[in-house]
Amino acid sequence: MAGAISALNKRKTGAAHAATNESTWVRVTLISVALTFLALFLFLPLVIVFTEAFAKGAQVYFAAITEPAAAHAIKLTLIAAGIAVPCNVIFGLAAAWAIAKFDFRGKQFVITLIDLPFAVSPVIAGLIYMLLFGRQGFFGTWLGDHDIQIMFAVPGIVLATVFITFPFVARELIPLMQEQGKEQEEAAITLGASGWKMFWRVTLPSVKWALLYGMILCNARAMGEFGAVSVVSGKIREQTNTLPLHIEILYNEYQFAAAFAVASLLALLALFTLVLKSLLEWKAAREHELAVRAASAQ
Amino acid sequence: MSIQVRNLHKNFGQFTALNNVSLDFPTGELVALLGPSGCGKTTLLRIIAGLENPDAGSVHFHGEDATNVHVRERNVGFVFQHYALFRHMTVFDNVAFGLTVRPKETRPDNQSIKKRVHELLELVQLDWLADRYPHQLSGGQRQRIALARALAVEPKVLLLDEPFGALDAKVRKDLRRWLRRLHDELHITSIFVTHDQEEAMEVADKIVVLNKGNIEQIGSPDDIYNNPASPFVYDFIGQVNLFHSRVDNGWAHIGDYKLPAPEHNTVIDQAAIAYVRPHDIELSESSSEGAIAARIAHVSTAGSVLRIELLHQLSNEALHVELPRAQERSLNLSIGAHVYAKPTSSKIFLQK
Repeated sequence: MAGAISALNKRKTGAAHAATNESTWVRVTLISVALTFLALFLFLPLVIVFTEAFAKGAQVYFAAITEPAAAHAIKLTLIAAGIAVPCNVIFGLAAAWAIAKFDFRGKQFVITLIDLPFAVSPVIAGLIYMLLFGRQGFFGTWLGDHDIQIMFAVPGIVLATVFITFPFVARELIPLMQEQGKEQEEAAITLGASGWKMFWRVTLPSVKWALLYGMILCNARAMGEFGAVSVVSGKIREQTNTLPLHIEILYNEYQFAAAFAVASLLALLALFTLVLKSLLEWKAAREHELAVRAASAQ
Repeated sequence: MSIQVRNLHKNFGQFTALNNVSLDFPTGELVALLGPSGCGKTTLLRIIAGLENPDAGSVHFHGEDATNVHVRERNVGFVFQHYALFRHMTVFDNVAFGLTVRPKETRPDNQSIKKRVHELLELVQLDWLADRYPHQLSGGQRQRIALARALAVEPKVLLLDEPFGALDAKVRKDLRRWLRRLHDELHITSIFVTHDQEEAMEVADKIVVLNKGNIEQIGSPDDIYNNPASPFVYDFIGQVNLFHSRVDNGWAHIGDYKLPAPEHNTVIDQAAIAYVRPHDIELSESSSEGAIAARIAHVSTAGSVLRIELLHQLSNEALHVELPRAQERSLNLSIGAHVYAKPTSSKIFLQK
């Protein structure tokens, strides 16, 4: 009897495979198309960046990334990202909190609004700031009178970066917080926790992986942003050049080895981000799996 | 601590969750709020806890108006249906939470916190799990930890929202007996919400039956079962057989059959619903005064009682009968056999 059942099961699983699997040539074609595409458009460029960067030797490479203009560009990029990421962490937490834990009119509208920076071209984002804060812009006269420079200066670059990286943290947190509901927070306040303690000891730890993940993506985008920053920066060397802008200038001046050397820094950042991202995803998935397994074990 | 609620109203959009509810919860009693889903029982519990605000009405703790007191100052212990344990904390840290979040001036020192947590874990018999995380525990263990966590702040009131709702049948039974014993030890004023009438009957000192935001009946489990105040309560508590009838001069007429209704002997020809519980019916193979002729349609012998469905002339609905297993041998219970069913007790509610 048992033998008959296991034989039946075997036949069934075999049949299921045949029913859901494509034939070999379809699989091979699909996989090779995907791999070729990846090799041509992603891997090859990455290799070229590094080979070109070292084309004239390591000495040229290190000179290119340590010369004053490059050093300043690195510093400015770090400043822009260093301000944009914390700003958007605070904003993302506040927005996700409001959306996940409260019911209010226009919630859907707020969610759509958060996505706006993804929807508009970065160049338009830059132009909007130009229209608002430029010399001829909406606040231009007032800013001029008070001797405040936003366009073609660091504040403009920071503003544009914050705008572009606006959605990353919020978009990571909203679905997670909605899924988690507010029972844990309610439990915390019935136990006498203040709002602040509830946030630090209950809310934040339960979203920490998603928050870190959002921060990493936000940081990568902040450091790599070109379009919006290009409009508002004015590209003054050693004053308002970020790394991507610096690369463009070097390239336009036919300093290919230097351009690729600096570009390799951004490429390294990208690789580092990917590794971190995979690590975090693995960690979060593991915790999720544990939670699910525990829930089903009841 | 005693709790009073007065004239509570709560609407969610068009939906009325509570409609002018007033109740007293005396000190030290274990009260069940019983009703079908959507009857307002959880809303009432959450308003008492302060997790929800009433649209109108007030909540009093020990005679003092607590309607506008913040949850964290109410000193209630709240146990959630899905435990709401802090996932990233160990069992120990979960139970200690209520003590460690206190402001510095009132926070006990680490040694006393440790002592208190271990006392509580011993109380819920899970001291050996102190270093585990919630996801490593079974559902029943988690709910006991949630209870220990709620008790850690020495609440004046314990509120439990469907505490056993997410557990399987066997664990649920064990745990509710355990809760009853725990309450007998601690004597803390407790209110628990349930939709399971058996659970309410077994655990509570007093049951409040709610329906559509209104109180249907308040009473001891005995009272609720034996003297249900309304058709809703009768129907909700246990299985029933229902007959549409007309009451006239102390008798409820169902077709050409009649049930005695002495409590309505001044009523003349009025529509009524007659209820008979399955265990208030006797079966015999010979006809007698007041017996209904019927045929056996189905017999279930799985369980501690015999459950029999009978087909009869009075309505299209099958008549449900429960008999002690001992009668299995003395009656012919084959499908289609003719029997006579005699209600020994019935309850008749006039229809308005």
